[in-house]
Amino acid sequence: MRLRKRSRPREVVTHSTLDNAFDRRTFVIGTAMGGLGVLLAARMGYIAIAENEKYELESESNRVNLSLIPPRRGWILDRNGAPLASNRADFRVDIIPERTPDSDATITALANLLNLDENQAADIRKRVDDGPGYQPVEIASGISYDQFAAVSVRLPDLPGVVPQRGFSRFYPTGPSVGHLIGYVGTANAEEYAEQDRNPLLVTPGYKIGKDALEKQFEQDLRGIPGARRVEVTASGRIVRELETRDDIQGDPVRLTIDGPLQDYAARRIGLESGSVVVMDCESGDLLCMASMPSFDPNSFSQGIGRVEYAMLRDDERVPLRNKVLKGLYPPGSTVKPMHCMAFLDAGVKPEETIMCNGGRRIGNRFFNCWSNHGRVDMAKAIYQSCDSYFYHFAQQVGFAKVAEWAHKMGLGEEFPLPVQSQFFGTVPSPEWKQRRHGSAWQPYDTVNSSIGQGYYLTNPLQLAVMSARMATGFKVMPRLRMSDKQPRFEHFDFSPEEIGYVRQAMSDTVNGPGTAGRARLPFEDIKMAGKTGTAQVVSLSVSDGRSGPWKYRDHGLFVFFAPFDKPKYAGAVVIEHGGGSGAAYPIARDVMTFMFDPAKGMDALRALEEQWGGNAQQRLNSKYRAYAAAQGESVPPVPARDEDIFDRVEAEARLAARQPEGLAEESNPSRVDDRTPEEISRTSAAANAEPEQ
Amino acid sequence: MNGIVPAPIARQPWQMLLPLFVLIAFGALVLFSAAAGSWEPYASSHVIRFGIFLVMAFVLSRFSRDLAMFFAFPIYVIVLLMLGAVEVIGFVGGGSQRWLDLGFIQLQPSEVMKPAIVLMLARFYATLPVGMVPTWRALIPAVALILTPVALVLLQPDLGTSLAITFGGAMVMFAAGLPLRWFLGAGLAAALLAPLAFFFALQPYQQKRVFTFLDPESDPLGDGYHITQSKIAIGSGGFSGKGFNEGSQSHLDYLPEPHTDFIFATMAEEWGFLGGLVVLGAFAMILGWGLSVARASTERFDKLLAFGMTASIFFYVAINLMMVMGLAPVVGIPLPFMSHGGSSMLTNMVCIGSLMMVNRWNRTAPRTGLLR
Repeated sequence: MRLRKRSRPREVVTHSTLDNAFDRRTFVIGTAMGGLGVLLAARMGYIAIAENEKYELESESNRVNLSLIPPRRGWILDRNGAPLASNRADFRVDIIPERTPDSDATITALANLLNLDENQAADIRKRVDDGPGYQPVEIASGISYDQFAAVSVRLPDLPGVVPQRGFSRFYPTGPSVGHLIGYVGTANAEEYAEQDRNPLLVTPGYKIGKDALEKQFEQDLRGIPGARRVEVTASGRIVRELETRDDIQGDPVRLTIDGPLQDYAARRIGLESGSVVVMDCESGDLLCMASMPSFDPNSFSQGIGRVEYAMLRDDERVPLRNKVLKGLYPPGSTVKPMHCMAFLDAGVKPEETIMCNGGRRIGNRFFNCWSNHGRVDMAKAIYQSCDSYFYHFAQQVGFAKVAEWAHKMGLGEEFPLPVQSQFFGTVPSPEWKQRRHGSAWQPYDTVNSSIGQGYYLTNPLQLAVMSARMATGFKVMPRLRMSDKQPRFEHFDFSPEEIGYVRQAMSDTVNGPGTAGRARLPFEDIKMAGKTGTAQVVSLSVSDGRSGPWKYRDHGLFVFFAPFDKPKYAGAVVIEHGGGSGAAYPIARDVMTFMFDPAKGMDALRALEEQWGGNAQQRLNSKYRAYAAAQGESVPPVPARDEDIFDRVEAEARLAARQPEGLAEESNPSRVDDRTPEEISRTSAAANAEPEQ
Repeated sequence: MNGIVPAPIARQPWQMLLPLFVLIAFGALVLFSAAAGSWEPYASSHVIRFGIFLVMAFVLSRFSRDLAMFFAFPIYVIVLLMLGAVEVIGFVGGGSQRWLDLGFIQLQPSEVMKPAIVLMLARFYATLPVGMVPTWRALIPAVALILTPVALVLLQPDLGTSLAITFGGAMVMFAAGLPLRWFLGAGLAAALLAPLAFFFALQPYQQKRVFTFLDPESDPLGDGYHITQSKIAIGSGGFSGKGFNEGSQSHLDYLPEPHTDFIFATMAEEWGFLGGLVVLGAFAMILGWGLSVARASTERFDKLLAFGMTASIFFYVAINLMMVMGLAPVVGIPLPFMSHGGSSMLTNMVCIGSLMMVNRWNRTAPRTGLLR
């Protein structure tokens, strides 16, 4: 102030200068106020008129909630139109993790409401933690109306929880069709990305096919989702429904499978581990592709629990592997009739005989037969399964010729079927061995291969196809999807006499002096023809193949067709480690009995199931309870990716497939032992008491 | 006015009262809609409160200048004491201590302080010898008078109201003719201190609001929610609105506080740009009348009082409208005469009453021949 006083005269402030200042300043302020008013009006006009469209859209997207209604999945039908997979209406609860602030507390609350146990809650927590947040995670499905209502009324306290009425996949025959049909499940992050982030895949309650036919026919089965437009408040409460478009159910897929036969065969396998394939010789229709033990696709579709998964994974009988397509076994003697066809084609006459003498000298080594059959012609070689005959004639015509016929008959082949994968095995030949192992074909390779051992590996489907082709003389192609078109198959150029000869010999295996007398059908007028086979798993020095540890026992095989004189059905039964073909052909007999007379077939099965402790589903359930009780809480979780569930068993499967190959490469093939012919005839005599092989 | 209308009625400042009634009625309609088409609980109490406070305003307008000047200091002290009391016995309401329960009304003393500070400063400058206006003696007491209540309100903490008090006080000081350079200096200092204040004085939730204001879309479901939804409501209203009772944003709870701070958005959604112009126009007329009252006064006290009261109302309107249109951060300031709320109505009607009082003084004032 003092400074200012000196520098310039003090401002003269009077009433009038103050009044002037007031007028000036209030004018300025008033103008500023007016300016701000105009600015606000302009701003409002900009928002409300210029940007109206944008904000109207946002307001609508606030107000209207569009939710997809998952389409009902198409049914999978058997050849007669009965559902192998259908849908069941149910109540379900899902959770969308990214809309749940405190998922732990929410899951705990839900577990209480829905009576979930510790393991189930842990499974859900893991899925919530692992999954992408936008992906709904199933809490429970198939819950009661009361539980559904209990969750629904508590929704305001359970953000991100979606209770809804929906449909869940239902497989009436459960484990019987597990491997064949596969199962459904929530799409994972990779599948979501693959399908262009289709919003349907992250709709709560929507499931896609995860394996086998459910996956193969996904597009047919999917259907078209419906949509529901509802007005919702900010907190998600539905005020009213605006409009609803119903979903369109997916198309049904009709299979050639005969549902009851499939179920029967699966149950008839019983406590064994194995597979049954039956096909129609005329059309190639696959009537039955049973593989047991299996899993229950119903529980897989609900998201399998860790206990159940651990139980299946730990089972040495690999219930997660479809043995029809991915089980590879040395075919053993089942290929002998087919080899005979190769001999016939090479000009060998059926009447040509050899002397068995309990074995045969090939080159400078003696190879044993399983018995001493004396004079053997082609028919006897088939129904008595004489090894020496095949050692001799395979040597004579050369194994390349035999292998060519094996391929023609379907062995080592992949079929155009709608399946995820087929292991096509090996038909050994000199050319193959050179390529695969880089070593020359040896006489003992012919010996081993001629009786379906050594490098030979086939899957049960191939054996069934071989059987059908042999029975008809046509190149029957298997098919799985029902079609009214009658396919035309190429003919194999055998005379009816030649085919009749082999058929008769195979009939004699069952109905005559052959190795499978107990396989005779309980009918006067229908006769089944077949061929037994026993495939060694380890060399005789480890196990005799009939007793001892399960995994060292021989595989039992049986190929068949019926009726023998006018073949309609053909098939194959393979029982893993059944201890010989005696485990296989009774199953084929009962399955065929059921085919022609269901009542008679069921009687046989009922008696057996009583001994076994229930049918396949019941046994699986009781096994699960026992396993869960034994394991308690210490069960590792299910792998996060669906592929991993099966990758592991597929790795095992490959390992198992290598095992017989390794066996074949042993320097001293199992069929060549150091026993004297006399010793052999003694053991053979013992074996003859119950003829098989 | 013609002879049919009685003189006491014709005398009233209808150019202000009519737009005021329009605002109140419009506000009642919007509140009716905001309560999902019901007079309860907002609209009816809004109208009743207005009726009561209008009577109060008329009573206020009968006060003489001497009485007003006499009461200025006691009122200021009483409100200041109440502010202190809020700190001591006030209970938690809305996350901070603001309310004082007097039994018949829940009073927000910080609201009452807004007109009180204007009255106090008007009296201060009216009695200050004219020659002292450009000296520190005109500045220091005024600053002290403003900062004491502002400090108490900030303690609550309530940034919006303390800004309103500061604004009202500063406007009176500005109008009182204090040297312009002081305001420029203060403005410069504020610009320099603002960043410091922002980082050290503001509560985290207030800092967040500022960030949100700068970029509301960064977190549309969290802190930007208010602004985003408010803009959606205004924008979706378009030119003529969605229609009475048809606003989905407010009816379906997307718009927060549809009956208080965001009532303009509620209105704009249903009545559109036209409704907005009506509201802006009504406020323009009221504020314009307030300014004309101030400029028509002869006494220094009258001028400052009228101008300060007008500025207080203006501050409410401006900040609230800028906030709902996304031009200012979210601060809890209601829209005068439309928002539901007793304290806000009381404060604004006190301002209106004071303006009517000055208006009456103006009409009865003897003409000072020299100036008029």
